[in-house]
Amino acid sequence: MASVFGIPLAVFMGQLLLGLINGAFYAVLSLGLALIFGLLNIINFAHGAQYMMGAFAAWLLLTVLGIGYWPALVLAPLIVGLFGMAVERTMLRRLAKLDPLYGLLLTFGLALVIEGLFRQQYGVSGQPYQVPEALQGVIKLGFMFLPIYRGWVVLASLVVCLGTWVAIEKTKLGALLRAATENPSLVRAFGVNVPMMITATYGFGAALAGLAGVLAAPVYAVNPLMGSNIIIVVFAVVVIGGMGSILGSVLTGFGLGLIEGLTKVFYPEASSTIIFVIMAIVLLVKPAGLFGKAG
Amino acid sequence: MNRWIIALIVLAVALAAPFAIYPIFLMKALCFALFAVAFNLLLGYTGLLSFGHAAFFGMASYVVGHAMIVWGTTPELALLAGVVVAGLMGLGFGFLAIRRQGIYFAMVTLALAQMVYFFCLQAPFTHGEDGIQAIPRGKLFGLLPLDEPHTLYYVVLAIFALGCAIVWRAVHSPFGQVLRAIRENEPRATSLGYRTRHYKLLAFVLSASLAGLAGGTKALVFELASLTDVHWHTSGEVVLMTLLGGMGTVLGPIAGAFVVVMIENKFADAGDWVTILQGLIFVAVVLLFRRGIVGEAVEWWKRRKAQA
Repeated sequence: MASVFGIPLAVFMGQLLLGLINGAFYAVLSLGLALIFGLLNIINFAHGAQYMMGAFAAWLLLTVLGIGYWPALVLAPLIVGLFGMAVERTMLRRLAKLDPLYGLLLTFGLALVIEGLFRQQYGVSGQPYQVPEALQGVIKLGFMFLPIYRGWVVLASLVVCLGTWVAIEKTKLGALLRAATENPSLVRAFGVNVPMMITATYGFGAALAGLAGVLAAPVYAVNPLMGSNIIIVVFAVVVIGGMGSILGSVLTGFGLGLIEGLTKVFYPEASSTIIFVIMAIVLLVKPAGLFGKAG
Repeated sequence: MNRWIIALIVLAVALAAPFAIYPIFLMKALCFALFAVAFNLLLGYTGLLSFGHAAFFGMASYVVGHAMIVWGTTPELALLAGVVVAGLMGLGFGFLAIRRQGIYFAMVTLALAQMVYFFCLQAPFTHGEDGIQAIPRGKLFGLLPLDEPHTLYYVVLAIFALGCAIVWRAVHSPFGQVLRAIRENEPRATSLGYRTRHYKLLAFVLSASLAGLAGGTKALVFELASLTDVHWHTSGEVVLMTLLGGMGTVLGPIAGAFVVVMIENKFADAGDWVTILQGLIFVAVVLLFRRGIVGEAVEWWKRRKAQA
């Protein structure tokens, strides 16, 4: 049987694919963080909680209302997005003129509340979520077996990231958004409803996190702790990539996921810390991050 | 004159407290109060939000446990080892984190602390999920047995007072003036000729060392060093204590620590509701009273004086 450095090829490719899937989640989550940071100038600590809410929304839709995966793929992000918009309108808006640290502290508090409530209700053991029928099974690729659902997660994440990139770089709305990031009061003077845009952006960022949660539900168990476990890694991803460019954060996300997968094959003890080590090295060599502007 | 009377009253209350209140609770509150005071040196006086202070607190408690059990040292040497390790970690963390500012600083410290958490989860000397249990308290300087609760309380009180005195001295010195200048306007402090990086790094190391002192003392009090102490949740707790009490005030973090520890004890059986309540307090403080309890009280006092 074929092997890479003494490791069976199938095992090697399997880990690589798992790394790619993690990378897909890192990419979607850091993209949402970067969008929110761009316009609201806050780091959304509740991003992990919103990712977890997306997974739970899908699970609840299925178990309580009998609504399956495909409608949930739209409904769950919608629910999380609306929740995010309500949070922005009622709370984050009041912090707009303050030090951005207060936004971080507020969203940290929110994350504690949300995670605590879900833990109180559902405990810390995971709830299983079935892979939808159309995506069950595996494809034989000759050198490995590709579980269809895992391929779908990578593909869907790529499409979402590219779609967001096109929407922001190539459309009129995206141009307004970029302008508002640069100079909100000037854009407002042109008659654009910037406060609405801010609410919508936060909602969209939260919805992206929710979507990642739905995609993650069949891969990992639906668990109240899933958000806080991933968000700290995503912070490190954001520090490594810098939040200057969309494609940069997508590339960083997928790249780091792959590196993490490789580490799991060759030196499993370090797989949970490798991203933080890379962060430390990047801070030493290029403090602004790989794709970041200075600051 | 008035000041001396207040100081005497505080001293008398602190000395008499263990006869009225459960000493372990008092000692826990004092350890966390010292932790928060150390943390406030960064957040309140330098304007740096570290979201990874549990790393210093927790690692020092592991070092103290390891020193007491495996090396069989006396408690003061174990504490010294804990402080040194925390200080060195602070040097490394600080060196990396001050390369970024503001919100990135918080994310970098959080990520580095998470790395320490995973290290502690796997390293053999921390005993993973079990933690280091049954840490002997030993005899201070080889003479004073710390197993008697009241003796231990006075030692903890002395350590707390020492830590606070160090922070007070640092804050009310030319060094502290520069830290405040950095908090208010770093580019301006730089333009006045101060090497702000050196000042920030020194403040970070000092804060980390004292956080280590607090964590090490806590390990002696509870005879336990566990993963809880290095978890990001503990980092969040110290932020909460400082924010709730009032950052940038001397008494704020102490008051905040006592309130938070009191809540934890009161709702110890309620499980996740403690976390939920802590989150709600975060939200309430940020939205309603950003100066914190002590900060708002001082403000109210000033306004009353101005009117009179």
